[in-house]
Amino acid sequence: MKVVERKKKRLKLVSDLKRDRYLYLLILPGLLFFIIFKYVPMWGIIISFQDYSPYLGVLKSEWVGFAHFQRFFTNPDFIILFRNTMMISLLNLVFFFPIPIILAILLNEVRSQVFKRSIQSIVYLPHFLSWVIIAGISFLLLSESGGIVNMMMEKLGFSRFDFLTNESTFWYLLVGQNIWKETGWGTIIFLAAVAGVNPALYEAAKMDGASRVRQIWHITLPGIRNVIIVLFILRLGNIMDVGFEQVFLMMNGAVSQVADVFETYVYRNGIQSGQFSYTTAVGLFKSVIGLALVVLANWLAKLFGEEGIY
Amino acid sequence: MKESSGDRLFNIANITILVIIGIVTLFPLYYVFVVSFATPYEYVEKNGFILFPTEWTLASYKYLLTTSAFMKSTGVSAFLATVGTALSLVVTAGIAFGLSRKRLRGRKIILMLILFTILFNPGIIPQYILVRDLGLINSVWSLILPVLSSGWYVILMKSFFDNIPTELEEAATIDGCNDLGIFFRIVLPLSIPALVAFGLFYAVAYWNTFFNAILFINDFDKVPLQVVLRNMLIDSDTSTSGAAAVEMVSEQQLPAQTIKMAAVVISTLPILLIYPFLQKHFAKGVMLGSVKG
Repeated sequence: MKVVERKKKRLKLVSDLKRDRYLYLLILPGLLFFIIFKYVPMWGIIISFQDYSPYLGVLKSEWVGFAHFQRFFTNPDFIILFRNTMMISLLNLVFFFPIPIILAILLNEVRSQVFKRSIQSIVYLPHFLSWVIIAGISFLLLSESGGIVNMMMEKLGFSRFDFLTNESTFWYLLVGQNIWKETGWGTIIFLAAVAGVNPALYEAAKMDGASRVRQIWHITLPGIRNVIIVLFILRLGNIMDVGFEQVFLMMNGAVSQVADVFETYVYRNGIQSGQFSYTTAVGLFKSVIGLALVVLANWLAKLFGEEGIY
Repeated sequence: MKESSGDRLFNIANITILVIIGIVTLFPLYYVFVVSFATPYEYVEKNGFILFPTEWTLASYKYLLTTSAFMKSTGVSAFLATVGTALSLVVTAGIAFGLSRKRLRGRKIILMLILFTILFNPGIIPQYILVRDLGLINSVWSLILPVLSSGWYVILMKSFFDNIPTELEEAATIDGCNDLGIFFRIVLPLSIPALVAFGLFYAVAYWNTFFNAILFINDFDKVPLQVVLRNMLIDSDTSTSGAAAVEMVSEQQLPAQTIKMAAVVISTLPILLIYPFLQKHFAKGVMLGSVKG
C-alpha cells in the first residue's frame, strides 16, 4: 500500500512540474538573480571569520575565529560609529517623522482641489532627485563664502555661518536635507489614512460646533493613530540605517568625527584600504543588529493590530 | 452652511503655511534654474545674489554639451535607465507572476527566500567581492545586474497580480491559452498601471545610480552621470573619499558656479519631463504596498 502511495505522490509531483513548466521558466531569471546576487554574498560573510586573501579565495584563507569582531568592539571607532548612527536616526525620528503627518493633515483641510494638487506636486518632487543633486545644491546654497543663504543672512544683519563644515550642526544639516527631500513623499501614506476616516464623524462634530482645529485633534488624529504608531515602530526597527549616500556625500574632513557611520567606515577601510575581512565583520555586526530590530519592530507592529511588513 | 469666522481664519492660516512650504521646497530649484542662465560675470559681480538674471545666456549649457565627460556619462545613465529598467521589469514581473499562482510547487519556499533578502543584507564587501569575481568591475552590467530586481517590488507586484480576477484566466485557459499566453496576453495588459509605476521607480533609481558606480567602475570613461556630477558639484578638497573614480574629473580647475547649476538642471530634466506621468501613477505604486512602506 505505502509503496503505491509514494509512487502516486511522485507521479503527481512530476506531472505538476510538467504542467507548470512555463511558470518555472518565468520565475527562473528572477530566482537566479536572488540566488546569485543576494545569497552568494551571504556565503561571503564567512570571510569575517578568516584572514581573507584574494589570492587564496574564500575556501583556502586562514581561519581566525572572532578576532575581527574583537578588534572592532575594542576599537574606539566603534563607539563613535554607533553614536553617530543612533543620533542621526533619533534626530530624524524626532524632527522628521512628525512633519509628513502635519503636512498631510494640512493638505487634507484644503478645500480647493487644484491648490491641493499643486502643492502635492511640488512637495513630492524632491524625492526623485538623487542625493548627489541634493548634496550639490546644498553646497551651492549653503557655502560660507558664496552661498545665497549666507548672503541673505548677511543682508538681514546676521553673521555668516558655515553650515557645511560645522561639527556641532552637521546632524541637523542631514535632518534638514532629509526633511526637504522626503516630507512630501512621506505624506502619501498619511493622506491615504486620513481619507479613510469616517466622514460622518466630522458631520457630527460640526453639529456640536467643533472648530476645525478641534476636529483635527479629536477626529483626524485619533483616526490615523494606528498608522502613525505602526510607522513609528517600523522606523525604530530601521534605526541602524541612516542614508548612506547622503552621509557619504556630505562628509568632509571637518565633520568626519560626527559623520562617520558603519557603511562609510566599511567603504573606507574595506574597499579603499583592502581590509576585507575586518570590514565584513563590521558590516555583519550592523546587519545582524538591523535584522533583530526589524523583526522586533514588526512583531510590535503586529501587536498593535496592523499587518506589519511581512 | 456659511463659514464661521474661525473657519475662515483657519483656512487662511492653512493656505499660508502650505504656500510657504511650497516656496521653501521650490526655491532651491528655482534659484539653481535661473542662475544656470546667468552669465558668470553677473554671478561674480552680484556675489551669487541673483533672483532673476538681467542677462540670460545659454553659455553654460553650450559648455556642458561640448564636454565629453558630461556627455559620455549622460549616455551611460540613459543606457541604465532604458535597458536596465526594461530588464528589471521583465525579471520582476516574471517571478511575481509565477509566485502569484497558488498551485505552484515550491512557491512558499521561494517567497521566504525573497522575504529574507529584504530583512538581511550581507553588506558591501561580500557584494563587492562577488561582482569582482564575476569579472564585472568596470562593466556597465555591474550597475544593472546586482540591482536587477528588488524583493519589495516582487512582493508588491505579486499582490497586484493576486488581485486580477481568476475568471479571466480560466476563460483564457478554456480557449487554449497556456501560462505564457495568460501572462503576456491577459495579465500584463491588465497590469499596465503597475508596470508603469514600477518602471518609473526603476528608471529613477537607475538614473540616480551613484554608489554602485563608485564601487564598481574605475574607468572614468564608463562612469554614469551622478559620478561626474559629484565631481563637479562637490569640492574635492572638502571630501575625504578618494575612490579612483572620484578623483578623475576635474584635474582642470573647478567649473564656474553657473556651469555647476546648469549641470544640475540638465541632469534633473529627464525626471522633470517624466514627472507628470510619474505623478499619475506613483501614488498607486506606493499604495500597492499600503502601510507596508
